[in-house]
Amino acid sequence: MNALKKYLGIAWLALAALVGYFGIMDFGLPKLGTGKTDDLVFGIIILFILMPIIVGGLVTFGWFALQGDYDE
Amino acid sequence: MVPQPIASQTTTTRSLISVIGASSVGTLIEWYDFYIFGSLASVLASKFFPEANPTAAFLSTLATFAAGFVVRPFGALFFGRLGDMIGRKYTFMVTLLLMGGATFAIGLVPGYATIGFLAPVLVLLLRLLQGLALGGEYGGAATYVAEHAPAHQRGYWTSWIQTTATAGLFVSLLVIMGTRLALTKEAFDDWGWRVPFWASVMMVAVSYLIRRNMSESPLFAKAKAEGKTATNPLKESFGNRYNVKFVLLALFGATMGQGVIFYTGQFYALSFIEKIGHVDKMQTDGLMTIALLMGTPFFVFFGWLSDKIGRKGIMMTGMLLAVLAYRPIYQRMYEAMSLQNRTEQPDKTTRKNTQTPDPVIGGATVQTQTVQRTYTDGTMATEVTTTKQLADATQGELGPPVTTVKETITLNSSDRWTLIWLVFAQVLLVTMVYGPIAAFLVELFPTRIRYTSMSLPYHIGNGVFGGLMPAVATYLATNANNANATAKQAGLAAPYAAPYLEGLWYPIAVAAVCFVIGLLYINGNDKRGS
Repeated sequence: MNALKKYLGIAWLALAALVGYFGIMDFGLPKLGTGKTDDLVFGIIILFILMPIIVGGLVTFGWFALQGDYDE
Repeated sequence: MVPQPIASQTTTTRSLISVIGASSVGTLIEWYDFYIFGSLASVLASKFFPEANPTAAFLSTLATFAAGFVVRPFGALFFGRLGDMIGRKYTFMVTLLLMGGATFAIGLVPGYATIGFLAPVLVLLLRLLQGLALGGEYGGAATYVAEHAPAHQRGYWTSWIQTTATAGLFVSLLVIMGTRLALTKEAFDDWGWRVPFWASVMMVAVSYLIRRNMSESPLFAKAKAEGKTATNPLKESFGNRYNVKFVLLALFGATMGQGVIFYTGQFYALSFIEKIGHVDKMQTDGLMTIALLMGTPFFVFFGWLSDKIGRKGIMMTGMLLAVLAYRPIYQRMYEAMSLQNRTEQPDKTTRKNTQTPDPVIGGATVQTQTVQRTYTDGTMATEVTTTKQLADATQGELGPPVTTVKETITLNSSDRWTLIWLVFAQVLLVTMVYGPIAAFLVELFPTRIRYTSMSLPYHIGNGVFGGLMPAVATYLATNANNANATAKQAGLAAPYAAPYLEGLWYPIAVAAVCFVIGLLYINGNDKRGS
């Protein structure tokens, strides 16, 4: 189980990268350029609130898992 | 990886009930204050945001809604720190007054038509204050109750605090329904929507008086007397790797999934029935109220059960069921609201045409055609087509006529109950993940930094992940609809067979990741009462 937890740390790091890429490129940035106010607000929330929390949190969690911090 | 034990308390059941009562009433009122804004989203959109495009206005309000949720984590940090330094009691009295004041003030802000851009700015600022207050409230209430409760009954007693989130929505729907019933539609749209905001002041005053007479949490009082309270709770909570790993585990293994399940079951369901199904507002509020009422006791049941069999199994089961059941549930909801397979009774169809002067554009007229259709199963549909016919369009001063169509459906009893059971099923999932979570979070952190440490993951999970649920889901569904419309124009097959279900991918994905993390990384020994 401990080995699985460690290896899955890589999966969480990869997931962070994936979410970060799609969150920024497909979801956040296109919203900033539409010229609509509500899109701008939404894009800002995605880029500057949601993405740092998800990506930063998942990277840290994945790193901790990889280091064995969650071992039994 | 062992959660922090909490010393068993000797508080009597009688005093525990008064502790629960005082804590729960205050927390319920805070949730009520927070929810009336969301429940009145459509009215608020028309009052405080430019209404050129109804969807845009609705999204703007949802964005404001999200802004309220986004600041919640900051409230958790600010008030959590205070709660760990000066005490639980005083901190959650401050949050109560802050919330009540902000809510009352929203009810006083003049509309966009009166003061222009200042109106949405003021509403946004007050909404931020509400979010800040709520961020400090929940952790305080949960910690306060848990620190009074015996260790082997912590799930049961803290689950009463958990009921307040749903009960707050329930009370908000009741107050709004009561106000709608007491007033004409015109009066409600004009000024009646402000009444639920004003009503908050009385409830907050009562709750303040109750809370004022409560004593401090015994564990915190003991820690303070011994000089063991934290001097810098933020640093101890988030500057310490050992504690941070529990904060992250709480977020990604529990509160993130709980947040999206909570908002899907209570808010997205409501929005789906109203916006996608076009079900009458009063009927929607009524069926949501019944489903919430039926589901609320299960918070206490699952809290009690978590004392017997552990928190993790119940929460993970709820998440897995949500991942598997959401699409079938919403497909069935869509079918129950659809008019496609119903038989119309043409002899009962009525049409009414009216023409009135446009109140905004001088010389223009507004033509309204109202068609009421009745179906053999008792369902009724009202279609209102409004055309703003301009008086002298040839001079080019005014644009072309604009036509809008609004459909409202009143479901028959059978389909109404189908929706009630389907919403109830979602509320049941909410109770599984939400009922035991306060005890789970409290047990994860030590007394000296408990308020700060448990508040942040809760409000990020519930506030950020859950609070953004309506906005992200609406965005995904709108994208799918737009893609289908574009394909249709190009003569291609629609890429989305059920665009109305696309918004569900957000809660499904978040809950699925949370389930895997929770299942593998949370220690099963979270039942500390044995």
